[in-house]
Amino acid sequence: MDDLLSEFLTETSESLSTLDVELVKLEQNPNDPRILQNIFRLVHTIKGTCGFLGLPRLEVVAHAAENVLGKFRDGELEVTPAAVTLILTSIDRIKLILSHLEQTESEPEGNDEELIAALNAMAEGRAEPAAPAASQAEETDGIDEAEAAPDEAPAVEDVAPFDEPEPAPPAVAPAPPAPVEEPAKPQKKAVPAAPAATAPAETAGGGESSVAQQSIRVNVELLENLMTLVSELVLTRNQLLQMVRGKDDSEFATPLQRLSHITTDLQEGVMKTRMQPIGNAWAKLPRIVRDLSVETHKKIDLQMIGAETELDRQVLELIKDPLTHMVRNSADHGIEGPDERRAHGKPETGKIVLNAYHEGGHIIIEISDDGRGLNINRIRAKIISNGLATEAELDAMNDQQIAQFIFKPGFSTAEKVTSVSGRGVGMDVVRTNIEKIGGTIELKSVQGRGSTFTIKIPLTLAIVSALIVECGGERFAIPQISVLELVRVTTTSEHSIEVINNAPVLRLRDRLLPLVSLRNLLELGGEEDERGETFIVVTQVGNYTFGIIVDRVFDTEEIVVKPVAPILRHITMFSGNTILGDGSVIMILDPNGIAGATGEVAMAAGSGQIAGKEAVRDARAGERTSLLVFRTGGQDLKAVPLALVARLEEIDLTTVEHSHGKPVVQYRGHLMPLISIDPYYQMQSEGSQPVLVFSDRERSMGLVVDEIVDIVDEHLKVQLAVNQPGLIGTAVVASKATDLIDAGYYLTQAYSDWFGSLDEDTYGEEDHAKRVLLVDDSPFFLNLLTPLLSVAGYEVTSVESADRALALRDGGDDFDIIVSDIEMPGMSGFDFAEAVRREGRWQATPMVALSSHATEKDFERGREVGFNDYVAKFDRDALLQTLAQTLADAKGAA
Amino acid sequence: MSKSVVVSSQRALREVSAETQDYVTMFIDRQMFGVPVLTVQDVLGPQRITRIPLAPPEVAGSLNLRGRIVTAIDVRPRLGLAKRSTAEKGMSVVVEFGGELYSLNVDSVGEVLSLPAAAFERNPPTLDPLWREYSAGIYRLENKLLVVLDVARLLDFTRNEGN
Repeated sequence: MDDLLSEFLTETSESLSTLDVELVKLEQNPNDPRILQNIFRLVHTIKGTCGFLGLPRLEVVAHAAENVLGKFRDGELEVTPAAVTLILTSIDRIKLILSHLEQTESEPEGNDEELIAALNAMAEGRAEPAAPAASQAEETDGIDEAEAAPDEAPAVEDVAPFDEPEPAPPAVAPAPPAPVEEPAKPQKKAVPAAPAATAPAETAGGGESSVAQQSIRVNVELLENLMTLVSELVLTRNQLLQMVRGKDDSEFATPLQRLSHITTDLQEGVMKTRMQPIGNAWAKLPRIVRDLSVETHKKIDLQMIGAETELDRQVLELIKDPLTHMVRNSADHGIEGPDERRAHGKPETGKIVLNAYHEGGHIIIEISDDGRGLNINRIRAKIISNGLATEAELDAMNDQQIAQFIFKPGFSTAEKVTSVSGRGVGMDVVRTNIEKIGGTIELKSVQGRGSTFTIKIPLTLAIVSALIVECGGERFAIPQISVLELVRVTTTSEHSIEVINNAPVLRLRDRLLPLVSLRNLLELGGEEDERGETFIVVTQVGNYTFGIIVDRVFDTEEIVVKPVAPILRHITMFSGNTILGDGSVIMILDPNGIAGATGEVAMAAGSGQIAGKEAVRDARAGERTSLLVFRTGGQDLKAVPLALVARLEEIDLTTVEHSHGKPVVQYRGHLMPLISIDPYYQMQSEGSQPVLVFSDRERSMGLVVDEIVDIVDEHLKVQLAVNQPGLIGTAVVASKATDLIDAGYYLTQAYSDWFGSLDEDTYGEEDHAKRVLLVDDSPFFLNLLTPLLSVAGYEVTSVESADRALALRDGGDDFDIIVSDIEMPGMSGFDFAEAVRREGRWQATPMVALSSHATEKDFERGREVGFNDYVAKFDRDALLQTLAQTLADAKGAA
Repeated sequence: MSKSVVVSSQRALREVSAETQDYVTMFIDRQMFGVPVLTVQDVLGPQRITRIPLAPPEVAGSLNLRGRIVTAIDVRPRLGLAKRSTAEKGMSVVVEFGGELYSLNVDSVGEVLSLPAAAFERNPPTLDPLWREYSAGIYRLENKLLVVLDVARLLDFTRNEGN
């Protein structure tokens, strides 16, 4: 049976059993609006779904019943036992049709006219116990079932393309006749003019819905918990196995064997409950490809092979976006237009093939197209212009190696970014997402012949097979998927580690393999093993192969990956931790992180990954900010701090509506105003429009842009201040002059009360919003933080120097909290705090220091001079949290 | 297990007086500290701890507590005290914070005390700023003072490290 239909049946039979109960309740409390509302909603849902699935007979009955219920709800009709009986009769009729539907996948033939007529009569307030005979005459809105019926089966077929090839023609419908109704049920009286009796064509398949019984709905959380429990069981099993290993005569051996088998079966069983066909992730693709082919005037044929291949739903969720993005890329950039294809002797219609299959505990997804392939020359040019590598370096690489650069952060060859996936920009995001779930992605491309991406991902994230190694007296797990081979190195073996200026390398089959010493990388200390024997774990991350030097290698073990504690998440070398069979805790190494730390031009290191502590420190000292660069209304580049942007969306322009002459769209159940930077900007009426979404609680505002160019991490310095509303100034971003947008200005354009009304939300019981005094010498930061704090519900006053702040104090202004920069020309933040604490009306006002150098020493110094807390610049969340916390503390203390 | 003992004694005490708060006491460098008894999951003796390379100095490592991974925090460096010499075996108190388990490694763990609210005082302003950060207040006991550890602040490493 079609998934959609069986889901509908399951759901509807659940609703119907609720309805029975609710209706009886209604009869007892005819005036309870809550019950009525609930009943109305249930029937309405059934009606809506029927319409969607193309089940006209059901829909008509449900519609008529809904009408009556609507009148009940609006108080136009009194809830009488007779009326309830009539509704119950309709419900029974719906059940009847459903049971037939379940057996034959089509609605039974038959005629509900008299029932509908009775319902309509009831709705119109006429003839209460409505003699069906009388109403039979009027077929006002009764649909002619004879006509409707033949269309039904095809209608169901339409929504069920994967239907099993046994569509029951309506003619066969009259199945074994069965008692039409269980007359008793909740009715106490005989049904007046029982319409069922006059529906001779009705058939029923034995009352209860068998599909409904075969599948039950289970909360995903419950399944997740089960999975966790099973994972624990697997661990315990492993532990037991380890204990009896080597004791052949143990009396536990046999039962343990059984336990082991059962555990494995159970693990597979539970895993199956989480499995979903990959086709679910592909469902949207045909539409996307179709739209793109229309938009770009190309002919594209999308073939999907292996849609039934199953994988863990968690994995499925995570690869959905990358897959969509890649198919879009293939259609947009890969496939050529028909003319170009003909010129190259290819068929006019381009082909994109998605192929999914299982292979040894992994699922392989191939996305191939027969388009133009990657343009290596363009990629080279881009690499050089973006400074990702020098020409000399590129000369030493082959085409495949150069092609790998498309996975690097900040790389995009298309002159124009035509589409934005809504989650991120470019192939680096795709790669990061796939690697996040322990997968790998490979690329093969032949110019003029097309390209193929091969994604290999584990079936499930919960349990992975890992190699256990030891180094410096500690044991670590390395996910097996990244391990290519193991090499044993002794002083006498043919392999030996050689050193080039402290960089260890290994000659392996005529290639030089770069090596990483785990001991040095993890600062494990200790000396090299005296036995003169070490092992090299040859590891592959993407196309980068390197060796990890370890002291010893143990066996492989199935491990359950558990996330590390939050305080350790910044260490990129670890992807998690786990408990081994012997009960000890062990860290799981992240090959991506290690590759990133080796300093290899590391394609491996994603944009967000920072290698080791050094880099973290550098990043902090360099005051980098992530900026989203875009274009709108002209060629000028514009940028906004990424932290302020909630999402990137692409809006279908046909869905744009107008309210008070201003464009709005419905977004996540709310109306979102669309604002453009250029007030005279004319939006197209169709196609799609990239939009930056700024959100706060339930409100969203969409800033219309022409295209999103890039996301860059930049050392920010505002070079030119401008006196134009909506602009903060101009800065050099990615070596181009870029206007920085004042998001706060546009927020107030969208909702003039954006900041004002929030105050009430946030501080309902207080008489005023919390007043924040912001002291910072950099106008950029004042401009960055002011909207941020305002959005969070604070009333912000900002000044550029401590002197001015003190002038405000002497002028008699009061604030609830003071946020001050430390490094300022003239009076520093420390001096300012001392001055505030020494005398005047602000002596008790809490103060928070803001700085880019948050060392222990500064922290202590800050404390001494009177700051209550210390926050690093750029950490929006920490700042908001600290403000709330400090204010709460101050209030508690007062 | 130790926890059930703790809980039952706590219940008994609660019946005696609603005006008192129960604390698991512990000692670091001869100073007495207390943690509200309900936040404590377990009290552990010396454990096998897995070292975590590159972790902040306060993180002693991680350990396995009945199948759950617990991050061991060395309280001494957190309070600006010198690390305990490896010869002395410490004890630890396991608390839950933000859905994760942490074990606070201290020198020793004492009994559960039921303390009257009247004996509670706010931090004296002269207290070391670092200690003021992690202390929720002070109890005056007969012959010594008990510092109430603010577990949430103690374990919130994001607050003042700026990342």
